Formats: sequence, C-alpha cells, structure tokens
Amino acid sequence: MKPTVAKEGSMIQQKEMIADHFHKLARAHEEGKKVVYTFVPGNLTELMLAFEALPVHPEINALQAGMRKLSGQYIAEAERAGHSEDVCTYVKCDIGMMLKGNIGPTGEKLPEPDLLLLSYTGCFTFMKWFELLRERYDCPVAMLHVPYQGDGDITPDMVEYVVAQLKTEIIPKLEQVTGREVDEARLAALLANSARAEEDLVAVLQSAKHRPSPIDAYFGGVYYIGPLFTAFRGTEAAVGYYQTLRREVEERLAKGEGPITPEGQLEEERYRLVVEGPPNWTHFREFWKMFYDEGAVVVASTYTKVGGVYDRGFRHDPARPLETLAEYCLGCYTNLNLPARVGMIADYVRDYEADGFLINSIKSCNSFSAGQLVILRQVEERCGRPGAFIETDLVDPRYFSAANVKTRLESYFQMLSQKGAKGAEVAAQ
Amino acid sequence: MSAADIVERCERLVADLDFGSVREWKAQQPGRRAVGFLPVYVPREIPWAAGVLPVGILGADDQLEIVRGDACFQSYICHFPRSVIELGLSGRLDVLDGAIFPSTCDVIRNLSGIWKLSFPGKYARYFDVPQNFDPAVGGKFYRGLLRELVDDMRRLSGAPASDDDLRASIRTYNANRALVRELYDLRAAQPWRAPTSECYVLLRAGMLLAPDEHSQLVRQYLRAAREEERPVRDNARVVLSGVFCEQPPLDLIRVLERSGCYIVDDDFMLVNRWLGSEVPEQGDPIAALCEAYLASTDETASRFVRDEAVKGAQLVETVRARGAEGVIFAAPSFCDPALLERPMLQAALERAGIGYTAFKYAENTGQLQPIREQAGTFADTIKLWGAA
Repeated sequence: MKPTVAKEGSMIQQKEMIADHFHKLARAHEEGKKVVYTFVPGNLTELMLAFEALPVHPEINALQAGMRKLSGQYIAEAERAGHSEDVCTYVKCDIGMMLKGNIGPTGEKLPEPDLLLLSYTGCFTFMKWFELLRERYDCPVAMLHVPYQGDGDITPDMVEYVVAQLKTEIIPKLEQVTGREVDEARLAALLANSARAEEDLVAVLQSAKHRPSPIDAYFGGVYYIGPLFTAFRGTEAAVGYYQTLRREVEERLAKGEGPITPEGQLEEERYRLVVEGPPNWTHFREFWKMFYDEGAVVVASTYTKVGGVYDRGFRHDPARPLETLAEYCLGCYTNLNLPARVGMIADYVRDYEADGFLINSIKSCNSFSAGQLVILRQVEERCGRPGAFIETDLVDPRYFSAANVKTRLESYFQMLSQKGAKGAEVAAQ
Repeated sequence: MSAADIVERCERLVADLDFGSVREWKAQQPGRRAVGFLPVYVPREIPWAAGVLPVGILGADDQLEIVRGDACFQSYICHFPRSVIELGLSGRLDVLDGAIFPSTCDVIRNLSGIWKLSFPGKYARYFDVPQNFDPAVGGKFYRGLLRELVDDMRRLSGAPASDDDLRASIRTYNANRALVRELYDLRAAQPWRAPTSECYVLLRAGMLLAPDEHSQLVRQYLRAAREEERPVRDNARVVLSGVFCEQPPLDLIRVLERSGCYIVDDDFMLVNRWLGSEVPEQGDPIAALCEAYLASTDETASRFVRDEAVKGAQLVETVRARGAEGVIFAAPSFCDPALLERPMLQAALERAGIGYTAFKYAENTGQLQPIREQAGTFADTIKLWGAA
C-alpha cells in the first residue's frame, strides 16, 4: 500500500488548477484558442492572457516528466536522435517527450504551439531550445532579448530596449497569431491581480523567518511558486490560491507549527538552511525526505526566485504595464550577476537566521551552476556559516546518486550540530 | 622572412602564457594599457582607438596544469574558464588592465562575475551584444553599449578616443580583416601552401599583437606562402565547425591535417570575421560599428537566427563556396552553444547531401589517436566514395 501523502487545502487547489489548465490545453485548438510555448524566467503571462492565449512551459513539462519517472526514457530518445549527453536535460526531455507524442501529465496530448515566445532571460540555452523546437513546429518565433545585469543593475537603457521589443516584436506577433489587438485594460487588470498574489507569496516566503518556520521554502516552496511562475499569474484563480495559502501558513505560524512534509507536519526543526540551485525532480520525494528525516528545514532558496524576485520588493505595476513587464524580466534570479547572487544568499543566511547553506549544483544547468563553487566560498566568507555542495541533475535520473547525496547531507548536518545549530541544541536538551 | 620563420615566431607568441609580447608592448611607452577579451566578438576598434591594446584571452591550451581553475568549476563545465581562472589567479593576466566578457554563453557570462569577485579592483565589462537586429531597437541599444565602452576605454587610458581616433581604428581593423580574408581565400584555393596549423597560429598571434604589427605579419606570411613550393597531397577538403570559443590544442589541428584533411574553412577566432562587411570608414564611427554588426549575416552558435530557413545555410554555403567535401564538427565537451547547435547544422548538411563527422575535445585533450583515426576514416570515405 502506498503511504498516505499529507496535503493541505492549497495543494489540492493548485492540483485542480493545473489539471484544469492541461484540460484546457487539450481542447485549445478545437475551441479556437491559441497556444504559446514560453519559458518560466521572464515569462509574459499577463500579456499572453490579455490575448486569451494559453501558455505552455517546456521546463514545466520536463520537470513533471521527471517527477513521473518518464524523463529518463525521453532523454534517451533525444540522445538517440543526435543530442549530446553533455547538454541541458530539460531540452532533451522536452524533445524526447515531443518525439514520443507530447503527452502531458493528465494523459492528454499537448497542443502544438501557435507561437514560440522566446523570452531569452538568464539562460542562453533557451535560445537554442526554441531554435530546435522551431524545426519541429510550423509556427513563428517571437524573440525577446533580455539583457543580463552584468554590473548588477537594471539600467534605463535596458528597460527601454525590452519595452521596444515588446512593442515592435512581441505584441505584433501575438496580435498576428491571435487575430486580436492588445487589450490594455485587461492587461492592467491582470497585472493588478499579479501584484496582489505577489504580496501574498512574499508573506508566505517570509514566514520562514520565524522559529520554527511554518514552511519549507525549497521543497514546499516549489509548490508555492507554481501558479505565480506559470500559467496563472494575473488570474483570479491565482489570487484565490495565494489567499488560501497565506491563510494556511499564518494559521500554522500562530500555532507554532512546522512545515507540512509528504509524511505530515514536521515536529522538530533542528537545522535551518538556505539552498541555492534547482531541486532534482526525478527523486524529489527521496531528496526531500533526506532533509525532513533530519529535521532540516529550508528557510530560503534562490530557485524560488527564478520566476521573479518578489521578496526584494518587485511588484507588477498596472500603471506602467510594459515597463513593469520589462523590469520583471530583467530582475529574475538567473539574470543577476554572481556578486548579486552571493549577496542575496548571504542576506538570506543572515535574515532567516540559517545555520548554513547548501548548493545543489545541477549538472545540466550552466546558468545556475557555472561559478557556484566560487559562490560557496564567498558566502562562507561573508556570513561565517558553513556551506555544503552536492551535485545532482534536473531530470536525468542517471545523475542522482541517492547514497552519495545522503552521505554528504548527513555529514553536513552532523557538522552543523557540532557547530551548535540552535535547533539541534534544543533537540539535544 | 620564410613562412617557417613567421610560424615559429607565432608559435612562440601563442605558447607564451605570460603574455610577454603584451608586456613588451606596454613597456615601450609608459602608461600604455591593455584589455583582455573573451570569445566570440567584441569591437576591438574601440579599445584600440583609445590606445588600449585588445588582447584575446583564449585559454592555456594544454600547456598549463589547472589547479585553482578546477576549484572554481564542477567537472561538467567546459575546460576553457578553468584555464582563464588559472591564468588570472597565477598572476599571468596581471598585465591586463581589465577584461571584456561578451555574451557568448552562460559560462562566459558567469565568468564575468567570477572575475569581478576575484579581481575587485580590475575593470570588467559584460558586453551584451543585442539579439534584436532592428536598427531602431537592438541597434539603439547597441549604440548605447558601444558608447559606454568608449567611455570605459577613455577612463582606462586617459586618451580622448575621439571620433577621428575611432575612424582611424576602424581603418586599421578593416585592413586587418581584409588580410585575414585573403589568408582564408589562399588556404581554400591552395591549402597545401597555407596549412591550417600555420594559419591558426598566425591568427592567434593577432590576438596578442597590435593590429598593424599583425597585419604586417600576415602580409609577410602571404608573400612567403605564395612563393614557397610545398607538396600537394590528395587530402579531403573539409570545413571545421564548433571551435569558436574553447580552442583545441595545436596538436589536434595538426592531427586533423596529418589524417588526410585540408581544412579549407573554420570558425576559429570569429572576432576576425564576425563583421562580414567592411565597417564604414566615414561618418559617425559608433553608427558604423553598429550598422556593421546588425548587417552581419554571420551565423554562429551564440547568435539567434531569426529565419528558420537560414539555419545552417551559411555552413552549407561555406562548404560549397570553399569547394569542401565534408564537415568536421569539433565541439568542446560541455559546450552548450556548439553542442545544441550541432543537430540543426547536421540536419542542414543532410538536406544538402553533405557528409560530416563529429567529436568532442577539450583544450587539454591529450588522447589524439582516436580523433586521428576518426578524421582519417572520414577523409578516406570522401576519397573512396566521393562523399562521406
């Protein structure tokens, strides 16, 4: 018998939202809806929704395939088709899934895109990914080049450049594909909804400053960011979801309860951690269990900022629709330079009173991974807390060595305990 | 000077990981500055207009033991940034007064941040060339970037870098590019006269020398190469693709030639050839550099190709124009741009009926025998059956 997995109301609500979205996608073309494939970082969800277009996120398809244990065969399929073993496994999983019929998580076939909206934000691979998809689909590509924050700032020239591309490239292509003109009032209303949901998400993420933390901001966090980072930002459904989520978290906070794990509420917070890097999806539960079995709670993470760095103050502003979309794209976590990433992680360690920080280095993600060993040393120097480094992959099951990861984590937790992690001291008493 | 003498000088320059030629150039006049740049493209005209020597940072080949570089990068990151860090942390790059990191890939992008963290007092610029080629959009953004770079170089050197200086620099580099094109044309026409192992070090020397000095060297080589008789071999004519960033060891290039291949085109050091056309030498120099960039049709892995029908067309055209009989894809291990690009280029070759073979390398690859056998088999296939 499978063990019962503890689920909160918001989780069930989110599951229903996602299932509903995939059902809509399955019927999209027969109902005359247009489908836009796009990426999570720097996504223009409100703009797509203003055109009544339905977004599909290939990274989300890949991670879901990873969680459903399908990614291994998809990657093998892509490698048989000539893709190198060295490159991003999200890309190969997506291409393999396409070659195998493009069946989504609800068992329904995903529709082909009417537009590939290439938001080139913080990841070079995105550009090649859509060049590869373009060869398979007969549809236009709209390219949005989002400049990198090389000097750690968003400059007026960058905002102007992105806005100009929205006006001359993205909106005209959306108009051409959907046959509609941009509905500015609807766009503003969607952006206002986004800001409301973002406010609630930030409250949820920052609840982890309390002891014990009522949330896990990495393993739980990936569920919390789901609606806002994907197809639902700007919708009433997302606003409702984040209200529910915030209420649940605040209730746990008031009761002094810890986060909900797949095996129920965590009773004892022994270690507070900050995590840098995406999770592994093929062994997500097993990976999480390695933490909660030891009483380790992630109080802040960088991965939950790939679709927007809201906890640093950014909110979508309906009064400046295109400028706010540009600033959003420019501000995503992987568009930050390394010094800014170091600063953010060190701030998290301090602000969330973490005992240490962990880097989960992903084999196939150069955008995240190149430089993480330098980040490790820099953050240790700045905050005086020990860091740990493990290596896994996004969706390639060949690169998750459970025994190695577990051994490293156990050693790390032991070290934190010896260094006097507050939670561990309380537990020992 | 014979071709062999020129090549020997170039080999010495390239093998000198202490950048002695740059140190000498700086020592000739107090206050001179030099700035490093990484692949693929930076407008070298701008530093040179300010009297700053642009110096290509192209790794350490197989000549340097990597220790500190390996401490910065996981095993699944390409080799190139390791040797850049090793060169930097060992003090070999101290001769440079800063570095420019173009938007080639995520690794070079993040390397710019490592540089900032490792050398906080040094100039570092991430140079984000636009992927939007509309003059009013990407062009406007790029003109701003170019002006910022001019300002940076003025601050670095204290020189005015006036419009006249910029136009003079454009003329200098136009002349250099024309000579590089002449060299490529000679090699394609008579590859036995200008083997790639020689052309390569000649071009690498251009990443270290002042442009006029390099132009003079290329002229001398062209003259010598045309005059000297060398045996003509029954080699297969191939285009080498994928070598635009991390450089293969020189021995790997020699091995490809010894295996029976004449390399008649390649994508080494594209900074020489990125701007397909001459940069206008009159008028606003910033506008001229911008227009040349936007108008360039050069298709490289680090550039978004808007038109699907064009993807791979340049490689096919190069094969035909150079009379090549096949393509060798040589990609650095873990190089996302080259390896993600490869299936699309291979598909274009297949549609055009052009054969290819593919392998991976690292700048310190030592096991060359398997590559020699693979390239030799490819060349034999071309020779025996007319097409691979």
